[in-house]
Amino acid sequence: MTITHETEPTTTAPVIPAWRRVVGSRVSWMPVLAAVALLLIMFAAAQAYFGRFITPGVISSLFVDNAYLIVLAVGMTFVIITGGIDLSVGAVMAFTGVLAAFLLTNGVPTALVVTIMIPTGALFGLLIGILVQYFDVQPFIASLVGMFLARGLCYVLAPRAIKVSDVGVLGLQSTKIGGGGWYITATVIIALAVVIIGAWVLGYTRFGRTVYAVGGSEQSARLMGLAVARTKVLVYVVSGACAGIAGLLFTAYTAAGYSLNGIGTELDTIAAVVIGGTLLTGGSGYLVGSLAGVLVYGVIKTAISFLGVDQSWTRITIGILLLAFVVVQRLIVARANRR
Amino acid sequence: MDVSPVVEVVAARLRYAGDLALDGVDFRMFPGEVHSLMGENGAGKSTLIKALTGAIRLDSGTVLLEGKVVNFATPAAAQRVGISTVYQEIDLLPNLSVAENIMLGREPRKLGAIDWAAMRASASAALEALGITIDPRSPLGSHSLAIQQLVAIARAISTDLKVLVLDEPTSSLDQDEVAELFRVIRELKTRGVAILFVSHFLEQVYEICDRITVLRNGQLVGEYLTTELLRIDLVQKMLGRESSELDVLESRSTPAVSPLGRQSIVSARGIGKRGKLRPTDLEVYEGELLGVAGLLGSGRTELARLLAGIDRADTGELMVGGNREHFHEPRQALRAGIAYSSESRKTEGIIGELSVRENITLALQAERGWVRRIPRARQAELSASWIEALDIRPADPERPAGVLSGGNQQKVLLARLLALSPRLLILDEPTRGIDVGAKVEIQRLIADLATTGVAVVFISAELEEVLRVGHRIIVLRDREIVATLDPDSVTFEILLAIVAKASGE
Repeated sequence: MTITHETEPTTTAPVIPAWRRVVGSRVSWMPVLAAVALLLIMFAAAQAYFGRFITPGVISSLFVDNAYLIVLAVGMTFVIITGGIDLSVGAVMAFTGVLAAFLLTNGVPTALVVTIMIPTGALFGLLIGILVQYFDVQPFIASLVGMFLARGLCYVLAPRAIKVSDVGVLGLQSTKIGGGGWYITATVIIALAVVIIGAWVLGYTRFGRTVYAVGGSEQSARLMGLAVARTKVLVYVVSGACAGIAGLLFTAYTAAGYSLNGIGTELDTIAAVVIGGTLLTGGSGYLVGSLAGVLVYGVIKTAISFLGVDQSWTRITIGILLLAFVVVQRLIVARANRR
Repeated sequence: MDVSPVVEVVAARLRYAGDLALDGVDFRMFPGEVHSLMGENGAGKSTLIKALTGAIRLDSGTVLLEGKVVNFATPAAAQRVGISTVYQEIDLLPNLSVAENIMLGREPRKLGAIDWAAMRASASAALEALGITIDPRSPLGSHSLAIQQLVAIARAISTDLKVLVLDEPTSSLDQDEVAELFRVIRELKTRGVAILFVSHFLEQVYEICDRITVLRNGQLVGEYLTTELLRIDLVQKMLGRESSELDVLESRSTPAVSPLGRQSIVSARGIGKRGKLRPTDLEVYEGELLGVAGLLGSGRTELARLLAGIDRADTGELMVGGNREHFHEPRQALRAGIAYSSESRKTEGIIGELSVRENITLALQAERGWVRRIPRARQAELSASWIEALDIRPADPERPAGVLSGGNQQKVLLARLLALSPRLLILDEPTRGIDVGAKVEIQRLIADLATTGVAVVFISAELEEVLRVGHRIIVLRDREIVATLDPDSVTFEILLAIVAKASGE
């Protein structure tokens, strides 16, 4: 505590040790650092075990295979920072994919299809946001409504998988840029661009800071005159729009629109965001962490396919990690409250 | 005075949950003065503050800011025109930085993005103006409550601040922190800000305030200059003095057991809790009515909550009926025979949606556990007998308890606790906000109770009531028991003087 007890105001700058300036004011970064550390440890362990894990090919495909999940995690991070949850993203991603495949096979031009996908996702988000904010429905239930609606509409549109052969869409995935074993696809570029734009919005706009404020204390945010209602709706719109983008990336990745795509993906997304250090109680989290969370998920998946055992072990491992991270989060919050 | 008030409330009236929370109250504040709003529970202080800061709307009456009628829809709207409030529970965002907490909502921007450097600079300027040296980048939650409060003030002054409301700002601060806050308040005074300082610490009110407005039961008692209002007069105005109609409770009941042979039911040695009650000794004997006098915040409720196991004591030990007890939760106290009725009847007592029968049998059922359900017939029998014994009206056990009058609700609560056959009953302001007739009835019930051997701790803000009901009286002040009195040998005036005395006098 640095109260001064002199009667005249002191004008000298506060003396803060250098380490405090770096770490002390960045307590909320601790869980993110934990996620990055976990990622590095997992890389090192996998490298030690398999011998040839850290290779350009593995790392490149880590990004390529999980590009859609990165985009979903960005939207989910916005929602979770406000203290909400969005269970609809997997189904919305599937729906926008099916819709795209349906439109493409019916001869709608690629550019138009792509521009329809994102607003469609955002529309689902808007519905959920309005339910949450103006009808006072629990985010869990409201997004469940969105999930069922999107999933149901998938079946209405296409009971069976629709193959996509449009070169414009497939090119996002198949065009590989790189050399020496390293490569990158347009899907990865889009995913990373979403992360960067998302991080800028969260860090440098009033909307972004209001997202954190709402998660900290909705009541206080309202008293501070911030646009709480609008923000709470908008985070679901952002998440829905991200699901629309993910739908595009996933369609490019699988070359098909299929009603059963992305079942359980919303849970993978939530797991990645939480492992990435975003508090489920809201108010704290960073997109860098969510990116690290997705990569942790990807490394586990890759390692398990290296082992050649059943992929259900991915879920089991993620489950255990999630448990550990949630418990650690509770402890951090409990400690913070004791101060 | 030739200076005109910066803010004025005229003929404020508001009905809240059936009660008249404000009944034609006038209130005004002048620029550059520190004004205190005084009153006990239910006086209407918080309602008036809420009306002033846009948190509620009045049923009738007007709020004027610099002579113009204003009508705030939200606290944010009040802030925009210069009326800011710093609440006891700080309404800021602990997860964000100090700078954001000061600037958010009017943060400097460059090309659409928040200009963090400019934001920190403005925040630093606001903090410096108050003489606070903390890093604006640090998260608010990493600072003490005292600093957080000063940050809230810094947020307020970074706008064009005219009126600053400080609601119980010092209740969780230590002495140095209070001194720091007072330095900031004096600084704001010189800038012409009108400060409403609401606190139950009389010392602090007399140290910092220029003017005092006293409310009682939703009505204005008066506005006084601090220098012209004696402390004892202030306390008397806050507590009020009733007319003689209450003398109907002719004489005090006599203790059932003679003082010589009586047995101690509860014996506390040095029990206390940091910031709530200093280590205190207390004996309560069977069949005794122990009156507790003291102002709001004196430690009267805090003492009751420690005895009833609602709060956990940091220090001391408690003997109940000869056994050493350490309560972690109210259930344990109930099992030991100590029942507590809260001062907040509506929020911590009566469950309005449930019937009178359910309200009465609630605690008994809870004690038995939910598995061993009290048979419906037994419930009906029980509630009927209590309704008759306490004369609860209307005598309909199936009516929702919420529709009953305050006095009858209080009786339902009493019935609930008495159904547990307690050895010690702690009643925190059982007669507040109920009409005179019901008051007398409840006092009489309590007196009757003592003759059956039950001990009663009776807390009240009304000194006559304490004098009239208690067999023995303790007075709390500044979080400790300062006197134990025999009601036959003290008068109202003496009791008032003890309650009001400044510590160290």
